[in-house]
Amino acid sequence: MSDMDEMDDGSGIVKKFMFLNRKAPHGTVYALEGLEVVLITAAFDQDVSMVFTDDGVYQLLKGIDTKGIEVKDFSKTYRALDGYDIEKLYVDQASMDARGLTEDDLIVDVTVLSVDEMANLMAEQDVVISF
Amino acid sequence: MLHIVNKSATDRGSLESCLAMATKGSAVLLIEDAVYAATTGGAAAAKIQAASADLKIYALGPDLAARGMAARVLDGVNVVDYAGFVDLVAEHKSCQSWL
Repeated sequence: MSDMDEMDDGSGIVKKFMFLNRKAPHGTVYALEGLEVVLITAAFDQDVSMVFTDDGVYQLLKGIDTKGIEVKDFSKTYRALDGYDIEKLYVDQASMDARGLTEDDLIVDVTVLSVDEMANLMAEQDVVISF
Repeated sequence: MLHIVNKSATDRGSLESCLAMATKGSAVLLIEDAVYAATTGGAAAAKIQAASADLKIYALGPDLAARGMAARVLDGVNVVDYAGFVDLVAEHKSCQSWL
């Protein structure tokens, strides 16, 4: 066999990545930038979890219409995530409650976690990236 | 006087600072991420409703729509478009933006 087979170029290593989204959409560029980085990470076949907490839960609301403010409506991209094998979407129960939101208000299917469950999920990650 | 708030009340303290300083009869315009405060069910709803007794509360419609909140506006909040925003600025002697 060639030497190439013995070299470790890092491909094939799968790490657990958590993307922690804490900002509302549109008011800052964090939500859109975070979504783009998630899609890039998934292209490298990594184990991706997306977490929405604090104002980040607002990113997933149904009924978003951005025509009036003339910015891209990226909310539909969340529905395309499972096409990129990103199926682990988590929202924080307390953040939803504080904003009067329920799962029915969201554009995608999510898993709702308590703060303790969220803490455990974060602790088991290899990489946590915050937006 | 017109007060303009553009930050989410659940992320920053600018709405609270504004409401503490706005005097009776003043206008408060919520734009960008501040519009969440003008919607039902949220943590800031009670503060906005209490404040609307003494202040005129406005929210920018295009920012509500862009956040999926157009159908959740609190009673007592006046929704304005960009032309209405311009009118508010023109009608008031001074403006304070709570950046």
